[in-house]
Amino acid sequence: MQITLTINGADHTLDLDPRVTLLDALRDHLGLTGSRKGCDQGQCGACTVLVNGRRINSCLSLAVMHEGDAITTVEGLSDGALSPLQQAFIEHDGFQCGYCTPGQICSATAMLDELAAGWPSHVSPSLDGPCELTEAELAERMSGNLCRCSCYPGINAAIRDAKGHQA
Amino acid sequence: MKPFDYLRAENTAAACHAGAGRGAAFIAGGTNLLDLMKLEVMAPGKLVDVTRLGLDRIEEEAGGLRIGATVPNSDLAADTRIRRDWPVLSRALLAGASGQLRNKATTGGNLLQRTRCPYFYDTDTPCNKRTPGEGCAALGGETRNHAILGTSEHCIALHPSDMAVALRALDAQVEVQSPEGNRRAYDMDNFYCLPGDTPHIETMLEPGDLVTSVFLPAPKGDRQVYRKVRDRASYAFALVSIAAVIRMEGGRIAHAAIGFGGLAPQPWRDIEVDATLTGTTPSAALFDKVADILLQGAETHGGDDFKIPLVRRLLPAVLEEATA
Amino acid sequence: MTIRIKLDDKSEDRADSLAQGLLGTPADRPEGHLKVTGAATYAADDIPGGCAFGVLVRAPGQGALTATNADDIRAMQGVLAVIRDPRMVRNSAQGTANEAPVQGVDSAAYTGQPIALVVAESFEQARHAANALKITADGPPGPVDPQAVEPEGEPDGQGDLDAAMADAPHSIDAEYTTAGHSSAPMEPHAAVAAWDGENLTVRASLQMLKYNRNELADCLGIDPARVRLLSPYVGGGFGSKLGISAETVAAAIAAKELDRPVRVVQHRRQVFETITRRSETRQRIRLAASSDGRLTGLGHEALVSNLPDESFAEPVTQASAFAYAAANRLIGERVARLHRPAAGSVRAPGEAVGVTAFECAMDELAVQLGLDPIELRLRNIPEKDPQSGIPFSSHMLAETLQDGAKCFGWQGRNPAPRQQRDGEWWIGTGMAAAFRVNILSEAEARITLTAGGALVETDMTDIGTGTYAILTQIAGEALGLPADRVTVKLGDTEYPPGSGSGGSWGAASTGNATWLAALDLRQQLASMMECDERDLTLKDGQATCGNTTRALSDLLGGDTLTGHGHIDAGKAFEDVRQSTFGAHFAEVAVNDITGEIRVRRMLGSFAAGRILNQKTARSQCHGGMTWGIGMALTEGLVHDRRDGHIVNRDLAEYHVATNADVPPLEVHFVEERDPWAGPMQSKGLGELGICGAGAAILNALHHACGVRLRDMPATPDRVLGGLERL
Repeated sequence: MQITLTINGADHTLDLDPRVTLLDALRDHLGLTGSRKGCDQGQCGACTVLVNGRRINSCLSLAVMHEGDAITTVEGLSDGALSPLQQAFIEHDGFQCGYCTPGQICSATAMLDELAAGWPSHVSPSLDGPCELTEAELAERMSGNLCRCSCYPGINAAIRDAKGHQA
Repeated sequence: MKPFDYLRAENTAAACHAGAGRGAAFIAGGTNLLDLMKLEVMAPGKLVDVTRLGLDRIEEEAGGLRIGATVPNSDLAADTRIRRDWPVLSRALLAGASGQLRNKATTGGNLLQRTRCPYFYDTDTPCNKRTPGEGCAALGGETRNHAILGTSEHCIALHPSDMAVALRALDAQVEVQSPEGNRRAYDMDNFYCLPGDTPHIETMLEPGDLVTSVFLPAPKGDRQVYRKVRDRASYAFALVSIAAVIRMEGGRIAHAAIGFGGLAPQPWRDIEVDATLTGTTPSAALFDKVADILLQGAETHGGDDFKIPLVRRLLPAVLEEATA
Repeated sequence: MTIRIKLDDKSEDRADSLAQGLLGTPADRPEGHLKVTGAATYAADDIPGGCAFGVLVRAPGQGALTATNADDIRAMQGVLAVIRDPRMVRNSAQGTANEAPVQGVDSAAYTGQPIALVVAESFEQARHAANALKITADGPPGPVDPQAVEPEGEPDGQGDLDAAMADAPHSIDAEYTTAGHSSAPMEPHAAVAAWDGENLTVRASLQMLKYNRNELADCLGIDPARVRLLSPYVGGGFGSKLGISAETVAAAIAAKELDRPVRVVQHRRQVFETITRRSETRQRIRLAASSDGRLTGLGHEALVSNLPDESFAEPVTQASAFAYAAANRLIGERVARLHRPAAGSVRAPGEAVGVTAFECAMDELAVQLGLDPIELRLRNIPEKDPQSGIPFSSHMLAETLQDGAKCFGWQGRNPAPRQQRDGEWWIGTGMAAAFRVNILSEAEARITLTAGGALVETDMTDIGTGTYAILTQIAGEALGLPADRVTVKLGDTEYPPGSGSGGSWGAASTGNATWLAALDLRQQLASMMECDERDLTLKDGQATCGNTTRALSDLLGGDTLTGHGHIDAGKAFEDVRQSTFGAHFAEVAVNDITGEIRVRRMLGSFAAGRILNQKTARSQCHGGMTWGIGMALTEGLVHDRRDGHIVNRDLAEYHVATNADVPPLEVHFVEERDPWAGPMQSKGLGELGICGAGAAILNALHHACGVRLRDMPATPDRVLGGLERL
């Protein structure tokens, strides 16, 4: 099928087997290999990208279903200079092997927007807000991104630091 | 993944029509379907994309809410009306999956998600749900995540949803459109089928039937609790979960609707439990009694034996919280 | 020139007198920018032109195999080949095997064995065709229950443990079990193989290239000199990429047969089966003690499992041989030969599960004695290796115990269980000691020095451990260069063979080789400066000797100097017992209704010689401690009781710790210099953090609610069982 995907602000027209996932389209057809395949079944978060500003597992989505969507990958987060989150991940050692890192950073980018929108989480004491980025909130909201090197302390410190930077 | 034809439906009627064909399946969020298709546990020959049918709205209706079938789980959980008047639904949704998956998974898809039975996922072992008549590898196998109520000798698989457990306790209705254009609604109590000797048939849906919305009637209880026990702190399916919707009047329970997850092939509710609670004064003895009622006839399989004591401890705690 | 040292004796510390001030600092990882932007290239990322895609096929059962529709599969759209080649491997090779693992596809020794590769023009075509390939297995499953077979091996004894147990006023005789574990690195095993005539290049995800090259060549029956492996970035290893595995061998075979590049990536579900797992263990631990808490008897017997023809046996009791003094001892493993997926090294093989169980038993003994558990350990620190009688190179257990206790706030703890409650939750604290043998492995490194800076090259890998950072720091420190003038290139068999990453030996081994290469250069520079190397100060690109200072760029002009370092372990690792030490502390909450456990905080105090980079070392310890949480609470492979296949072979049902499972973790280093460990005086740290961490959690569980669990993981159902029995 011929489709056009809008990725990091640029249109890409591709002729794809409908079976190609968004993740495989990015990685294998467009060379955007920053989005990683850790499980190919929505169980690790390494493939997290933003679709219309929202974080999703790109491994569990067909590329053909994303015509017209604005897709942002890790490659689209830095425009020459690193984003505050990316910089903070380096400073706080929010990664070791680095494989889950783009997914973590994409996820955190959208997570901070969800927080700003007042979305509650499983650990929110009240559903009415306000949502503070407590340790528990941060950890719960980032639990869709596994890190087997277990850099969670660094990841959380980085996100907290970047959020402070934002504010 | 078997090759398939992909069709993006422009309207609901066209979707139902396309979905009525042999081997067709609807796709919205795809978070469960695509995983199963990659493993060829499911192998539809045609995928009908229903994400652009305008079924993504939540509208007020008759004191309740009509939730479009493709409303993402995260939008539903964050909806201010849901958070205010149906908090058990928000809580159940937020207890499920991950932020990424909730952004993609839809209301209709969540209702229809398939079991996590590892033998259902393993096409090298027999499974009556996957291939009718093949046998059940779970029986005699590893059964920690299996059902203890409502099972049959052909299937002991669990329904894994959190959301559907809350919807059942909230007396939700599932609206369906048929390929002929007819609309009909099922109470949650009547929507799912028990496995019996046809475990591959899980709901009342016929080929081409499309879930278009879920209707949430005005809440009958203001005290709403969702409690989920799982193996890790986040991102795990329930070992057992309970949704309680209670209204108290003058120290007595005026309305009780208790939904259970992790126990049965469908989001579970026991009318005898609800009836026994209704009209009575909360007490530890009462709560123990309803646990007995719930668990009468429960059949465990070794790995899932622990669910009996877990329910006996958890149900009173939930009821105590909801009635306090 | 090469400076080659075999470590037979103590080494002099030189690093403390160097001038650059880079070593030991919490420097950022030099490859950080590539990792946070997604630009670091892992094995599957670089697809060459004309690449075909392969998907492995698993055996649905055991015994002789028949493919019944291979010709139909070959006729499917896009399919290029269905390969069942006798050179394909049964399971991944064991660490440092240096030769092919068991090969063959005619029969399956375990359910899930990779037994074919289907190659197609696209990944989607290959995946579907692989699913469609029908394989039948004719055999009944072999034995799969560790307790149902007669195991191999006998423990080693000293003295008379039975008599010591009978005579002791206090004793513990308990059985502990740990479940099997999957390394589960985030990057699944992947390879892109391409041939140029008779020369093979494979981009793969591997930990130990010099061994892997020989293993792959042996699999294929070719000269290792014809094999080039590239693993510049590895998405986690934890033992799972020590040896060559099915996808790499199959990709190489297919690429040759098709005369085009082939990529093979294992699906996560395949990684669980084809890559070696950590064996489940059953451990009988016996402790006999005098009334003042001195051990008179120590028994640690373990039953582990593996496939036939695998040399590896989880060395559960490795640290028990030297951890505590006791005159009467019985220590060792037995191996049950089973037809479950193969077992091999997973982060801290041996100590991860062995120290954890043993430290639970120590806690039980402390409770029985009414003695503080730290004090019990302090009273039993041996003066020398209790089994062999050789001295310790250094012994820092007491220091880490005391440091950890102080930082955690252990003093004044009420030892009685079931004393603290927070709503539904019981609160308790626990501790455990940590031990991990220190190993050095032969390693080489080359440094090329030009006016612009230094280039370090070795086939060593960075699997997240921080190799890029620490080799930058070692070279920069020794050569007086800031970090931005040092480039480190890794993961290419064209470079000198490093130690590989594994066994916690990478940093010390390849780090020392890098130091020796730098020393080689220092000697050359000293001779150019006409001074003794020891009188040479190198800092910020300046060489100073006496009153003379010259810029390196000036000194070198357009010349290039090459230094080569080569280190190997000698008698310093035979005549002296080398270990790292630590202490774990944990506070947990246990839900009285559901049996759920939440770790509230953890603290580790560790000693491992010189800490080369405070930041990356800390992250390594965070990782180890988190694995301890997983081992104690959530991780366990479930084998089908009928055919042994792994039932929970995905990341939804095999529960590695999520962010929400991990509390704030505090890490302290009790810094020391261990002269026996080599010139850098640094010991391995990557695995110490997991050793015993889970015991601190289980001991805290007991302190919280009075439940003594001896079976890991302590999932809610097991805790609930304990609560019901109280």
